[in-house]
Amino acid sequence: MLAVILRRLLQSILVMLAVALVSFGLFRYIGDPIHNMVGQEATLAEREQLREHLGLNDAVPVQFARFVGNALRGEFGISYRMARPVADVIRERLPATLELALISGSAALLAGIALGVYTALRRDGWLSHAIMSASLIGVSLPTFLIGILLIYVFAVELKVLPAFGRSETVQLGWWNTGLLTASGLKSLILPAITLGLYQLTLIMRLVRAEMLEVLRTDYIKFARARGLSDRSIHFRHALKNTLLPVITIAGLQIGSIIAFAIITETVFQWPGVGLLFITAVQFVDIPVMAAYLVLIALIFVVINLIVDLLYFAVDPRLRVRRTGRGT
Amino acid sequence: MTKSRLAGALALAGTLAFASLAHANTLRWSSAGDSLTMDPHAQNEGPTHVLSHQVYDTLVFRDQEMQLVPRLATEWRLTEDPTVWEFKLRQGVKFHDGSPFNADDVVFSIQRAKHENADMKGLLTTVVEVSKVDDYTVRMRTDGPNPLLPNNLTNLFMMDREWAEANKVTVPQNYKAGEETFAVRNANGTGPFRLVSREPDVRTELVRNEAYWGKGLFPLEVSRIIHTPIKSAATRAAALLSGEIDFLLDPPVQDLERLNNARGIVVRSAPENRTIFFGMQQSLPELRTSNVKGRNPFADKRVRQAMNIAINRDAIHRVVMRGQSVPAGIVMAPFVDGYSKDIDQVPRPDVARAKALLAEAGYPDGFGVTLSCTNDRYINDEAICQAVTGMLGQIGIRVRLDARSRSIHFAELPRGELDFYLLGWGVPTMDSHYVFHYLFETKSDKGGSWNATGYSNAEVDRMIDAMTREVDAAKRSAMVQQVWQTLQDEVVYLPVHHQMLNWAMKDNIDFPVQSENYPYFMLLKYRK
Repeated sequence: MLAVILRRLLQSILVMLAVALVSFGLFRYIGDPIHNMVGQEATLAEREQLREHLGLNDAVPVQFARFVGNALRGEFGISYRMARPVADVIRERLPATLELALISGSAALLAGIALGVYTALRRDGWLSHAIMSASLIGVSLPTFLIGILLIYVFAVELKVLPAFGRSETVQLGWWNTGLLTASGLKSLILPAITLGLYQLTLIMRLVRAEMLEVLRTDYIKFARARGLSDRSIHFRHALKNTLLPVITIAGLQIGSIIAFAIITETVFQWPGVGLLFITAVQFVDIPVMAAYLVLIALIFVVINLIVDLLYFAVDPRLRVRRTGRGT
Repeated sequence: MTKSRLAGALALAGTLAFASLAHANTLRWSSAGDSLTMDPHAQNEGPTHVLSHQVYDTLVFRDQEMQLVPRLATEWRLTEDPTVWEFKLRQGVKFHDGSPFNADDVVFSIQRAKHENADMKGLLTTVVEVSKVDDYTVRMRTDGPNPLLPNNLTNLFMMDREWAEANKVTVPQNYKAGEETFAVRNANGTGPFRLVSREPDVRTELVRNEAYWGKGLFPLEVSRIIHTPIKSAATRAAALLSGEIDFLLDPPVQDLERLNNARGIVVRSAPENRTIFFGMQQSLPELRTSNVKGRNPFADKRVRQAMNIAINRDAIHRVVMRGQSVPAGIVMAPFVDGYSKDIDQVPRPDVARAKALLAEAGYPDGFGVTLSCTNDRYINDEAICQAVTGMLGQIGIRVRLDARSRSIHFAELPRGELDFYLLGWGVPTMDSHYVFHYLFETKSDKGGSWNATGYSNAEVDRMIDAMTREVDAAKRSAMVQQVWQTLQDEVVYLPVHHQMLNWAMKDNIDFPVQSENYPYFMLLKYRK
């Protein structure tokens, strides 16, 4: 068990280093930040001087070593665009993204499992068919289109929900929450649906497929033969056994919800880290982009680690055999 | 029964009284970008100036008719010594924290803006000395006669010296410093609005400065301003349509018609201070991206003339810009000093003659070249380039289009790495010299930093330099005209059009478009 965890940790560190290298390398080819930092009146000499100050003229390995060294200390320097420490900016923006991701993720998980179980048990009901067809929308429509459609219907036409932003927020220490005000909760609805719809349909289809599979297995037949109640069979025996792949997928999806909130955040002007990243890309704000990519990689790595450990908790077979063959 | 009716009447009366007294007009507005910093000298950039103009005052500013009008300076004149300007300052002006505004603050602010960290220093390069004559008189000495100095002061904001000293922000924010300064997030100006709260990129709230010196001079009908930037164009338009915002600085071009047709919303427009044009590298012995070897087709004036008449500006105006542009024959906006309709002649498209010119120049079969364009900087920039690619194809010039992000384009352009490129240019000083200095002067340490054409004309350089020192307005104007004549004749650039500016707002708002794209909210009026 310990060896497995250690090996996982080592792998995680390697992944992080690779991400750092890739993001660092990428930035050398996406343009010159100098243009945006100085006005159009700046002379060539002034531009060169600024490059020198920012260390953009140093050798690449030197720049990378400096980057990793600082990143380990959580220092990503000063945002070129906002002239403020990147760590501060990200700390301010992270609560918005995490709240959105958490709410839409858990809503998607709960609704996805519930709908998945329902459609598996009532395979031929008309409601199940309707849900399955509707779920195609979630799988096939791109996020930004769903967002714009929702804005059009609920904000422009019906005028019941806000089209953008987080509305009023409450400051709890350094955590800026929108969950405690009515307007904050109202503004959360559309972005949360937009962000979670794909996940919801994915989980629902997964649960349904797994559930149908499990219901055909022998032990369910035996359980029925034993005369157990439907309820007990469906929820105690069948559902529990469908959850293993669901955990894997849900875990990975939480990571991607946070990472791909970029599109939802841009459509709804949700002031989270994704929007920060997009703005940074347009401005070639390298410190912010670097910090964002490293942060997202870290979230993915940590979630994967947790998911791996959860397997042990959920699946007794792993505990007995202790394979850990890089599942 | 009677009691409750009475109470109702009282409540109603109370509301009416409150409404008429308080003038509580909250303006919620949006734009794609946010101000970068509250430090008014750190950045020379549009959205940053928009916010600074609400909180800070300048000595002079350009009103909605683009006239230079007094603000903190009440009058200004060239003294007997033509290198010295004198500014009389407004008396009785107070900063938001209550401290008085006087000549010391002006001297301090100008010096601060000249500091090497300040992005605004480029507009003050000619100023060598600022001095206080008395509490309400300031003199500025320039390195030679500079008849247009006040034009450079429209975005130079006045800070309080004592406040800056107390908060250790006497020099502007520096990127290399590694920490943010107090002035990046706090402000103490004399302007019409006070900063209440600010979360960069999220929300900025201002309230009216009830002690503003401009009360009675300006409408000042807005009592509270809330700015929320919205990046996504569709969401920005939706926010105005749904009534969540009242004013939109940059409505998306594709939504203009829909916004104009929506009930309760109007779009107002005016020509913008920005001209879109193409530049061609004409000094290299051969182009890097062309199939023609051993000579540079752009070096031949006939080729440039041919391209100039191959571009159908009217078609671009109608199809690409949907009417939102003014076709141009010169790379300067219509209200810039030195502009006249006579020199802004839009060339008539003539494919046959263009082909003949090309053949005459020795390219009967045309040639190939790469055109570099931005796709995220100007209105429909990529579409303009696509249209021009087709038009040049008609005369045999095979253009490969390379559309990319501005961060790449504007890095390569000043380094002279492009053969054929798109550029847009605005003239903040409202004077032709600014255009000459950056776009036509021979590229050197002193000027020509955006002249990537390689164009170099010693006579033009001499005149550009001489006009900075010419105090006689008539003589200077003649020099400007003469330089334009030469440049127009040389076809150094291929002008396309002047961009249009559109502001969308609720129809109870009366707010004409200011061509520098600076909404001075103190000038905003509500329709009764």
